[in-house]
Amino acid sequence: MTDELRDVISAVLVLAGAVMCFAAGIGVIRFPDVLSRLHAATKPQIFGLMAITADVALNNFTVGTVTLVMAIVVFQALTAPVAAHMVGRAAYDTHHVRVDVLIIDELGTRPE
Amino acid sequence: MSTPKQRLVAIANQAPLFLGLVLLWMLLWGSFSWLNLLTGTLLATLVSVGFYLPAVELGLRLNPWYTVLYLIRLGFDIVRGSLQVAVLALSPRYTPSNAIVAVHLRTRSDFILTLTGVSTSIVPGAIVVDVDRVQSTLYLHVLNVAHPEQVERFRNGVLAEERRIVMALGSREDVERLHRVSGEDRSEKDQRARDQHANEKLKRGGTA
Repeated sequence: MTDELRDVISAVLVLAGAVMCFAAGIGVIRFPDVLSRLHAATKPQIFGLMAITADVALNNFTVGTVTLVMAIVVFQALTAPVAAHMVGRAAYDTHHVRVDVLIIDELGTRPE
Repeated sequence: MSTPKQRLVAIANQAPLFLGLVLLWMLLWGSFSWLNLLTGTLLATLVSVGFYLPAVELGLRLNPWYTVLYLIRLGFDIVRGSLQVAVLALSPRYTPSNAIVAVHLRTRSDFILTLTGVSTSIVPGAIVVDVDRVQSTLYLHVLNVAHPEQVERFRNGVLAEERRIVMALGSREDVERLHRVSGEDRSEKDQRARDQHANEKLKRGGTA
């Protein structure tokens, strides 16, 4: 791979990662309640992390780095939803949810 | 106590997880050496004995073709989901409108239930708010849905996700159940009730 091509790919990846993390930050501020904010805190963040770590792997292409990067991404993908679930459930149970922005709440109306 | 055969099955069931722990240890050190293998095995033994948890029923079936399909689709969906949320966060005309949706899954396996929950949390979609393990039901918070049709589309998306995971990793019984019960007819009745509920809520929102 030529150096120029690698630089271009690097730049794209870093920029994509930065934009995603930026959007995640904006989302955390703008979204109206805890549950919506959790979406912002989990999703763009994973893609941002993937882009940044892919860039690290590209610029330091050894077996050790690539496998470590894969481990980081896999564990982030496995743990972020669990963390979000714990926070979301706590928020729901303590009524820190804006019910007025929900069109359906099937958890609140579920048959006992 | 257990027969030798049962014990063998139990060990075979735990082996992939144990090997995973050893592999992770080596990944963290960034090299595959005999010393790492030895310390990794020791540590994995220590962790599985010291932090004992009930065994996960893995099902011990893996369809490589469907697994590859699932992973490709997952990667694609992660990118799509991230972009959607990012666009929404930056969009100037964002008006909040969410839903908490119950999705009745067809699987009876804790492992598949967990994987489906985790997968739907990182693809375009949802946060798992609550799990009903006995009913295999996920309660998901969905961002940016305004109409009951969108809720239906989302529900079908989660069922499709479950289908991909069962085809890739599910036990034979789960695959059979998938063919037998299609998600729609299982919940069709309370479906109508929910649609009505949503319509009423929309109307009330419109007049208030």
